[in-house]
Amino acid sequence: MKIAIASGKGGTGKTMVAANLAFTLSQTCQVTLVDCDVEEPNLHLFFPAPATVADVNVAVPVINETTCDRCGICGEFCQYGAITVLASRVLFFPELCHSCGGCTLVCPKSAIHEVPKRIGTVTFATPLPRLNLVTGYLDAGNPHAVPVIRAAKKAAENDNLVICDASPGTSCPVVETLDGCDACILVTESTPFGMHDLELAVDVAERLGIPAGIVINRSDGQDQATLDFCTNHGLEVIMTIPFDRGIAAIQSRGDLLCRVRPEWLKAFSALYGKCCALAGVD
Amino acid sequence: MKICITSQGSTLDALAEERFGRAPFFIIVDTETGSFEALENQFAGGSGGVGPKAAQLIIAHEVKALVSGMVGGNAHDVLQAAGIQLFAYHANGTVRDALERFNKKTLDRIQ
Repeated sequence: MKIAIASGKGGTGKTMVAANLAFTLSQTCQVTLVDCDVEEPNLHLFFPAPATVADVNVAVPVINETTCDRCGICGEFCQYGAITVLASRVLFFPELCHSCGGCTLVCPKSAIHEVPKRIGTVTFATPLPRLNLVTGYLDAGNPHAVPVIRAAKKAAENDNLVICDASPGTSCPVVETLDGCDACILVTESTPFGMHDLELAVDVAERLGIPAGIVINRSDGQDQATLDFCTNHGLEVIMTIPFDRGIAAIQSRGDLLCRVRPEWLKAFSALYGKCCALAGVD
Repeated sequence: MKICITSQGSTLDALAEERFGRAPFFIIVDTETGSFEALENQFAGGSGGVGPKAAQLIIAHEVKALVSGMVGGNAHDVLQAAGIQLFAYHANGTVRDALERFNKKTLDRIQ
């Protein structure tokens, strides 16, 4: 069972839900939590523990300017504008390269080979006896989050119960996080921004064919617009977390709602049950 | 000499475009004869890497100078390496106006 937690809008409480869901599940079974928000991972703040580190590398081309006859085929092939072939030399822009390897294949002179380039790391920790935490970190200044997310998810590919915490937004990093998951929790808040971005996130989950349930966070009890949207789209609100200064205080000091207020364990167990129902798993 | 002026439309009376890589059209003018052709920029709506792609397009048309508003870093590198001179036009006028100012040598170079 793989569950992704996404939102569209940032700051709705994805990480709070992910951390508490994982904590709850770890009371009774083995769970792996994957922080796929690789540009700003923060689950480790709730689960401090010593970690081992592995580099994430991508392949980038190196062009042998002696063998190269400036035919230009690689530059025409590259859809990302990463290679420009001029009459006298070849320009390569590593930050535009998507590491597809196409240039090495199309070069008629075999003048291009690939070398590894580090773009980030994946760390592994066991903060609780039955909880593994995998965290992807994108190196600062690097534009491609997707390979780091892929590496972090791959590290958990053989685990039975995996929770993936996505980045905000609905672009490639979120698509990569959702890909292959059995169910998706979309965390929202009852504000115009929350509603706007929830619509985008619902659309992404639908297109990927991943069943989604809605968590309303910081609810002030006036959630009618969100509830109406969910009804109209056949979506179930699978949890509502109230707007509560005490909850905010727990979260802000890096603690866990379910640890401080164990009565919430039941609610997060029920949330997992709803996810299983969404995914059609017992 | 052939020069390129970034444009919002396909004629000399169209407004000049401030952006290079995402300009809707490139107007290629022969400064000796005054004849021109309009190239639609197929990369204008691309998600990334549009600067170097657009630069390759105008290099292929053997342009010697570019008149535009802003040229991004990657496109700038490509155009400089290809020996194309870059000129800034910020007067919000037409392609024709940009061409006249280029011919009068009143446009500043982009370094």
